[in-house]
Amino acid sequence: MYDVTVIGAGVVGGLVARTLSKYKLKICILESENDVAMGATKANSAIVHAGFDAKEGSLKAKLNVRGNKMMESVCNELGVKYINNGSLVVGFSEEDRTVLNELLKRGVTNEVEGLRIVEKDELLEMEPNLSDDVICALYAPTGGIVCPYTLAIAAIGNAMDNGAELKCNYKVSSIDAIENGYKVSSDNDYVTTRYVINCAGIYSDTVAQMVGDNSFDIHPRRGEYMLLDRECGDTVSHTIFRTPSKMGKGILITPTVHNNLLLGPTSYDMTDKEDKNTTAVGFDAILNSTNETAKSVPVNKTITSFCGLRSVGSTGDFIINSPKKGFINAAGIESPGLTSSPAIAEYIEDMLKEDGLELELNPDYNPVRKPYYAFQEASAEEKNEIIKGNPAYGKIVCRCEGITEGEIIDAIRRNPQPRDLDGIKRRTRAQMGRCQGGFCGPYVTEILAKELGIPYESVTKFGGESLINVELTKGGQS
Amino acid sequence: MERKLTCIICPLGCEITVQTEDKKVIEVTGHTCPRGKAYAETECIAPKRTLTSTVRCSDGGLVSVKTDKPIPKEKMSECMTILNSVTADLPISIGDVIAEDVFGSRIVATQNKE
Amino acid sequence: MKDLVIIGGGPAGMSAAIAAYENGIKDILILERDEHLGGILQQCIHNGFGLHKFGEELTGPEYAWRYEEKVRALGIEFKLNTMVLDVSENKVVTATNTQDGIFQIEAKAIILAMGCRERAKGALNIAGSRPAGIYSAGTAQKFVNMKGYLPGKNIVILGSGDIGLIMARRMTLEGAKVHAVCELMPYSGGLARNIEQCLNDFGIPLKLSHTIIQIHGKERVEGVTIAKVDERRKPVAGTEEYIPCDTILFSVGLVPENELSRNANVALSPITNGAVVDQDRQTSIEGVFSCGNVLHVHDLVDYVSEEAEIAGKAAVEYINGTKDESVLIPIKTDGKIRYTVPQRITKKKDVAVYFRVSNIYKNVMIKVSDGENTLLSKKKIKVAPGEMESITLKKEIYENAKELYFSLEEM
Repeated sequence: MYDVTVIGAGVVGGLVARTLSKYKLKICILESENDVAMGATKANSAIVHAGFDAKEGSLKAKLNVRGNKMMESVCNELGVKYINNGSLVVGFSEEDRTVLNELLKRGVTNEVEGLRIVEKDELLEMEPNLSDDVICALYAPTGGIVCPYTLAIAAIGNAMDNGAELKCNYKVSSIDAIENGYKVSSDNDYVTTRYVINCAGIYSDTVAQMVGDNSFDIHPRRGEYMLLDRECGDTVSHTIFRTPSKMGKGILITPTVHNNLLLGPTSYDMTDKEDKNTTAVGFDAILNSTNETAKSVPVNKTITSFCGLRSVGSTGDFIINSPKKGFINAAGIESPGLTSSPAIAEYIEDMLKEDGLELELNPDYNPVRKPYYAFQEASAEEKNEIIKGNPAYGKIVCRCEGITEGEIIDAIRRNPQPRDLDGIKRRTRAQMGRCQGGFCGPYVTEILAKELGIPYESVTKFGGESLINVELTKGGQS
Repeated sequence: MERKLTCIICPLGCEITVQTEDKKVIEVTGHTCPRGKAYAETECIAPKRTLTSTVRCSDGGLVSVKTDKPIPKEKMSECMTILNSVTADLPISIGDVIAEDVFGSRIVATQNKE
Repeated sequence: MKDLVIIGGGPAGMSAAIAAYENGIKDILILERDEHLGGILQQCIHNGFGLHKFGEELTGPEYAWRYEEKVRALGIEFKLNTMVLDVSENKVVTATNTQDGIFQIEAKAIILAMGCRERAKGALNIAGSRPAGIYSAGTAQKFVNMKGYLPGKNIVILGSGDIGLIMARRMTLEGAKVHAVCELMPYSGGLARNIEQCLNDFGIPLKLSHTIIQIHGKERVEGVTIAKVDERRKPVAGTEEYIPCDTILFSVGLVPENELSRNANVALSPITNGAVVDQDRQTSIEGVFSCGNVLHVHDLVDYVSEEAEIAGKAAVEYINGTKDESVLIPIKTDGKIRYTVPQRITKKKDVAVYFRVSNIYKNVMIKVSDGENTLLSKKKIKVAPGEMESITLKKEIYENAKELYFSLEEM
C-alpha cells in the first residue's frame, strides 16, 4: 500500500510528489499519458507571475506570491532554467492607466514587491521595440520566466530518485474507499493508497467525482501560442502583457528561458477537453495583438505553433481542499498555476501534516538534480574531459540546438525515462529548434529504439498510435 | 493526332509537340536537342523510364540502385516488386550488377557499400 | 593552422576543395557533419544529376562519388561526423567530433559550404492538431531511402518543390498512395520534368493555388482539409475539401544554413538568406568564401559544383596574395529580378551573373544598365522563379559604370 498516490504528473503533481519525497513515504504518481508534463504543463505561457492579478485574499493571490518567492530556489535545486526578467503590463489609453493603477493597488495588497508605474519615456528605454502608442506600464520586477515542462520533469525525476514510483499510461477509471485508504484502479491495474492527491488538471473534476465530490466542474479554455526562432528572443527582454480587460489578460510577448520568443495565448472557452486544435482565428488574434503591442516582431520566424487547455474551475479560485478523509483536490489550477505550483505543494504538505500523516524526514533525501543542460553550460575543457570519457558527447545529433548523442542517451537513462520522441525533445531540446526535428528526427528515433530495445518502427511521437513510421519497405524484411 | 509533352530528359523541361498518324511519328517540334526528339518519339509509341530505388543488402541495410537503361513505363510497379525480393551481397561498388535482365535492363548499384 | 578549411563535404565543399588543390593549395581540411561525404546527395537516389557537368544522367550518390573519388585520390584531408560549432571573424574554426573532442583550427582562408535546409512547417501556421505523421519531404526521403522505412501509406503533400515531387513518386513506388500535391502559388516551384515524371506518370493530382487549412487527427494524422486560395493567397470559403490521409509531407522551400556565417558577422542578404559576395564568392570578410546552397539555393547541383570551383580557385589566390581586391561595383535589381549573385563585381574580368526572377513572366527583356544607358539586354521567352538564369558581363561594357542595374521588362 502506498502512503500517497498523486494522480496527474503535471507540474503540480510533480512538485507535490517531490515535496513529499523528502519524507519516509511510499509515493506513487499515476499519469494517463505516455510521459509526464503532457497537459497544460507543456503548453502554457511559461511565466512566473508577480502576483498582482489575483483577487485580494484568494488562494490564487496567496499561493502566487508565495510561489514566486520559492521559484528561484526550487529551480536551482532541480536544475531548471529560471530567469527573473521582470514583467510589464502595458497601457495604451487613460482607461488602461486606471486599470493599471488598480492592479498596482491590488498588487500592493497581495504583498508583491517593487511594483511601480513607468511612464512612456522610461518604458521605451526599457523596451525599445514596444509600439510608440504605449503611454505607461505597470512594472513588476519580480516577474520571471521558467521552462514549465522541465520543471515538472525535473520534479518528478527528483521525486523518483528519492524513491517515488511513476506509472505512465495509467488512466484512472475508478477510486474506491477501502480500509484506511483508497483503491485507485485503471482498466487493467490498481494501486492501494492511504492518501490520494488529485492533480489531474483538466480531468480533476472527473477524478473528484470518483469519490463522490461533485462540488466543482472544470472546463477547458483554449490558449494558442506561436513560438519564434531563437534568434528572435531579444525582441523584448521583459514579459510584455496587455492591460487586462473583460476579455482576459490578453496576448503576451515574452522571451523564453531558451531565448525563443513566445506569443500568445488566445482565450476561448471550450467544451471538448481533448480539442487541442490551433485555429486560423487564433493565429490572426495573436498576430493582430502582437503587431499592436510591439514594432517589428519577426513573426515570419515562427518555428511552431501549439495549443494548450487551461483547467478553469467553476469556483473562480484554485480548489485545494479535502472533500473526503484521505482525498485532497488540487483542482482548477489555471494561471497563475505554474508560478503557484511550489506553494501548492507546500500547502498540501501542510494539509497532510494537519491531517495526521506522520512526516518523518528521509535521511537520504537529495533535493539537488543535475540539469539536462549541464553539458551545454560546461567549459570547453570540461566538455573535452566528458567527451574523452564518453565520445557520444562529441557527436552533435540536433544541429539546430547543438545537442549531442551523449546528452540524449543520458536523458533516456534518467528518471523519468522518456519513451517517445517528444519526451526527448522536452528533456534535451533535440528536435526543438528551427528545423523541428527535420534533420535529427531519424537519428533520435534510432537512439531511442536502441536504448529502449524496441524496433525502429515502434517508436512513437508521444505514445499510443502516434507512430513515426508505419512499416518497413521491401515487404517488411529487415 | 497532336500530342504535347514536357520533356523529362533534362531540367530544361522543353514543351514538345508530336504529330502522329497510326501510331507513327510524323513530326516533332519544340525540342532543343536530339535526345529530346528521341524522347518524344518513344514517349508517343512506347514510353520508357529509368527506375531508381533501393534494395536490401545482406546486412539488412539498403543500397541505392537504378535500371541501367529505361524500362517500359508500365513495368515500373512490377520492377519494384522484383527489387523487393532481391538481396544484394556486400561489399557493393557503384556500377555492380545487382540483377540481370529486368525488362531488358540490368539493375546496377548507384552507391558503394562495404 | 591550415591553409584552407572547408565547412561542409557536400557537392560544394568537395568541388571547392578539388579546385583549390588543383590550383596549388594542398593543405586543405574538409569538415563534414554527416557520416559520409556527399551531403544530401546520398539520399537523393533519383537520377537527373550531372547532365550539365558530365553529359550523362547520374543519381545523387553517383554524382557525389565522382567528386569523392577525386578527393580521395588527391589525398585531400577530411573529417566526417564533425560538426563545426563556430567560425570567428579572424578565421578560427571550432568543431567537435567523437575522436578529437572540441578542437580549434586556424585557417588562412575558409570556404563556407554548409548547404541549405528545408523550410519547416512552423512558419505556415496551419490550424489543427499536432499528431505524428507530419514530415518535411527531406525527412521522409531519409526514412525511405536511407533507413528503409515507410513513414505513411496515404499521403498529402504541401508544396510542389522538387523534393516534394520526387517524394511523391518515391512513396508511390514503395507502395503508398499520394492523394494530392497542393501548391499555394498558381505555378509549381518544381521542374517541369518532375511534374511530368513524378506526378503525371502516376496520376497524382497537382492542385495549384491550394493549401492545407486544417490538420486532423489526435495521435496520427487522420486527414487534412484543403482549400483553394485567392490572389492574396487567402483560403476561399466554400472551396474546402477533406482528404483522409495518415501522412502530410511539406516541401515548402529551402533556406541556406547560415547560422555559422551570421555568428562570424558575415554580411547576409535578406533576399537570398546567403552571404553577399563578389565575383569570386568572397564574403564581406576577406578570405572567407561562400558557395553552393549556403550562398543561394540552386536548382541544379551542377551549378553548385561550378560555383564552388570559382570559390576554390579564388581562395587559392587569396592565400597566395594574388586575389583581385580592386574596387567593386554593386549590382542592384528592380524587384522583378529578385536577386543576383554575385552582388558586387570587379571591373578587371568578365563575370557571369546569376539571377532569379520573382514571378513567372513571358516574353521579357532582361536589361543591364549603368543607371543611364542600357549596356546589355537579353530576350527570354519564359522566366520562372524556380529556374536560375545567368548573363555573362564582358568587362568592356561596364568599365565606366559606378553601379549596375538588372531589370526585367515585359514586352
